Amino acid sequence: MSKTLLEMRGITKTFPGVKALDNVNLKVREGEIHALVGENGAGKSTLMKVLSGVYPAGSYEGEIHFDGEVRRFSTISDSEHLGIIIIHQELALVPLLSIAENIFLGNEVATNGIIDWKKAFRRTQELLDKVGLKESPGTLITDIGVGKQQLVEIAKALSKKVRLLILDEPTASLNEKDSDALLKLLVEFRAQGMTSIIISHKLNEIKKVADQITILRDGGTVETLDCHNEDISEDRIIKGMVGREMEDRYPPREPKVGETLLEVKNWNVFHQHHRDRQFLHDVNFTVRAGEVVGIAGLMGAGRTETAMSLFGRSWGHKITGEVSMRGKPVDVSTIPKAIDAGLAYVTEDRKHLGLVLIDNIMHNTTLANLGGVSKATVIDNHEEAKVASGYRQKLRIRSHSIYQEAVNLSGGNQQKVVLSKWLFTNPEVLILDEPTRGIDVGAKFEIYTIINQLAAEGKGILMISSEMPELLGTCDRIYVMNEGRIVAELSKAEASQESIMRAIMRSGEKH
Amino acid sequence: MATDTATKTPQPSVGDYLKKNIREYGLLVALVVIMIFFQVITNGVLFRPVNITNLVLQNSFIVIMALGMLLIIVAGHIDLSVGSIVAFIGAISAIMLVKWGLPAIVVVPACILVGAVMGAAQGYWVAYQKIPSFIVTLAGMLVFRGMTYVVLGGRPVGPFPKDFQILSTGFVPDFLSFTDPSTSLIKNYFALVMIVLLVAYAIYAGLRERRLNALHETENEPFAFFAVQMLIIGAVAIFLGFQLATYRGLPNVLVVMGVLIAFYTFVTTRTTIGRRVYAMGGNEKAAKLSGINTERLTFYTFVNMGALAALAGMIIAARLNSATPKAGVGFELDVIAACFIGGASASGGVGKITGAVIGAFIMGVMNNGMSIMGIGIDYQQLIKGLVLLAAVFFDVYNKNKG
Repeated sequence: MSKTLLEMRGITKTFPGVKALDNVNLKVREGEIHALVGENGAGKSTLMKVLSGVYPAGSYEGEIHFDGEVRRFSTISDSEHLGIIIIHQELALVPLLSIAENIFLGNEVATNGIIDWKKAFRRTQELLDKVGLKESPGTLITDIGVGKQQLVEIAKALSKKVRLLILDEPTASLNEKDSDALLKLLVEFRAQGMTSIIISHKLNEIKKVADQITILRDGGTVETLDCHNEDISEDRIIKGMVGREMEDRYPPREPKVGETLLEVKNWNVFHQHHRDRQFLHDVNFTVRAGEVVGIAGLMGAGRTETAMSLFGRSWGHKITGEVSMRGKPVDVSTIPKAIDAGLAYVTEDRKHLGLVLIDNIMHNTTLANLGGVSKATVIDNHEEAKVASGYRQKLRIRSHSIYQEAVNLSGGNQQKVVLSKWLFTNPEVLILDEPTRGIDVGAKFEIYTIINQLAAEGKGILMISSEMPELLGTCDRIYVMNEGRIVAELSKAEASQESIMRAIMRSGEKH
Repeated sequence: MATDTATKTPQPSVGDYLKKNIREYGLLVALVVIMIFFQVITNGVLFRPVNITNLVLQNSFIVIMALGMLLIIVAGHIDLSVGSIVAFIGAISAIMLVKWGLPAIVVVPACILVGAVMGAAQGYWVAYQKIPSFIVTLAGMLVFRGMTYVVLGGRPVGPFPKDFQILSTGFVPDFLSFTDPSTSLIKNYFALVMIVLLVAYAIYAGLRERRLNALHETENEPFAFFAVQMLIIGAVAIFLGFQLATYRGLPNVLVVMGVLIAFYTFVTTRTTIGRRVYAMGGNEKAAKLSGINTERLTFYTFVNMGALAALAGMIIAARLNSATPKAGVGFELDVIAACFIGGASASGGVGKITGAVIGAFIMGVMNNGMSIMGIGIDYQQLIKGLVLLAAVFFDVYNKNKG
């Protein structure tokens, strides 16, 4: 068990002007689950790219020892050949091909270029059994959920005689049930002697499965913790990541709740694609001034769909129900009307739905309210720059200038740009959909601080999140959704992980 | 990695600025190099007053259509039908003018309206029915070409009345005849004075903009670039203006083209509509969720393209002095090539009006120069194709390196 499988020694990697990795050391023992944690930009992904040969030998300093020998990988296939397989955060599957075709893509079961489908399907079935995925090998990737796609990726890795499996944020887009199943699978593999490295922001999961934890910060190794020698708390890991004790992960706030701003009554929505299936049933909720209201629920409970159908009917069809703002009915049937009514929706998918990545911070900031920086459709360049600089300062967006392209910002700073855009529309109620997904601990704290500021200014906040501690730490009131219905409303005093889960489970039993 | 959040915008250094904008300056330099190359190799024929006038007349319609095409490409679409719209508008203008005897003052706006409707007919399918623009406009290309044959009955119609022909072959009269044109070198003082005034205004406006930028601490291009650019553009413009003044003055088409270039530059860089088109091309879903009516915007980019193609169609018909069913064949490809040479991205969201105009002139000067040299149409096509590929490769190479 104590034999070292992989050792990376003194890895230093510089990009023009930036030292991405500075003398990083990583030691992974055979047959363990080794967690790699650190804030965004700490160097985790760069380190894995060095290991897999994306950055070829010679472009970095230091040595990689694998299986007792010094290795110099010049391409990814060199490292794959030795059984080092990486599963990236953004899955690399072809949606319109079948599971079997994807698993053997580039590595087909063929003689002289002719594929033996029978054999391929049989081998796929074996692999699917191993990862516990109950789907036919002929099923198209597009027809299965993200959780199952993740399993297909793992099956694909297994098809290549893997010795070291590296998973980059494997549970980032999975719900709790799928995450648990995935982690259980990793533990099973460990029992069979497989070694894996897992990169994750979800510290509770890491605590559950990891044997050792290596913490990176600002491109350097901080420490490696052995989970078997001492009891490692989440706060202990966070301390290593941010370099200081995080007394409180959620900034304190004195709620000053005012009048009711947003009220939604009898909101019924049919599914966007399956047009005769009702997806949301009689959803009712309110958001008051100065209040942070959470919506908890599992994946597919209908939280994002509630928000998007409300925001200019961006999702679903046959939408019925009443929406009022400060007691007066408002028309939110198109996005411009919803914005006029005082709504703003910060999407869960900032890269695809939130930002124009190829455009700069300034243009992204003013996009939803160009009228605010123009006269008779002519944009006032200087006014626009002033507005963007103002938000850049207020929300502490870290960048060279407001002319930096959004694509070059870190996740946390991208999220702040999206927030700037919506704040500039001067909304009364902000709907924040997974506002801290995929961003690091430090940036999360900043986002919470911004949320508190907004509430203090008298805005209403509706926050959707899959991370229950986050909801419990920030919200004054939490609605629980399940299967398209609101199944509970909990005050701050009543809300706990247990009470939320109980509400979900009980509602499930009724149907 | 700068991680400051200070208010002050750091002014870019010369090196950084060049790296970021190498495409634009490179394009301008390429045009100048190509011009000088052909000027030398044709023994000075390229810049003879007659030839400059020809160059303007031959390329005006490509430039005018490139203005509309750039918006379409930035929006993330393509329009293959413009060559056929050119032919159809030429045909109906001939019918109205020659067969029905309607006056040009009625026919010109009517034709532009018809062009806009043709654009709208395609824009509807692209914007509201979400059919890929490649397919819709491929269909449009065939349909409009067919309609041209039907309208003309397969035979050319002409000639056009004089008042229509001046649209493309007329010149702005000399309002400032200081000397007797028959003896003096300069035969049209108005042309020269106008060009000099325009150059002076451009320099003044540029300096004022820089001062305002400095005042508001917004980004400025390094002064050296501004100065060199102004020097090159000013020198070339005054030289060309002088040459035109020694011939017949400013072609009407040049004036129309100049006004349109200025208008579309303004729309794309300074107005909310322009900004929205770029945002839509950059990320349609994000633009839509930011409250932009992307369907309507897409629809209007096609309407606009149709109207500009109609204007180009009339200029071509007036220049050839007859409407033929084969007019404008392959023009869509020249127009699209001009936009891509000018730095537009096929995936949308990127491209500039000035780029497309310079791209069109690079193609135009090459066409004209190679024709003077006596290079056959076969080799011309081959060379133009390679230039297009090289220009786009330059883009991709830069992007991957940066």
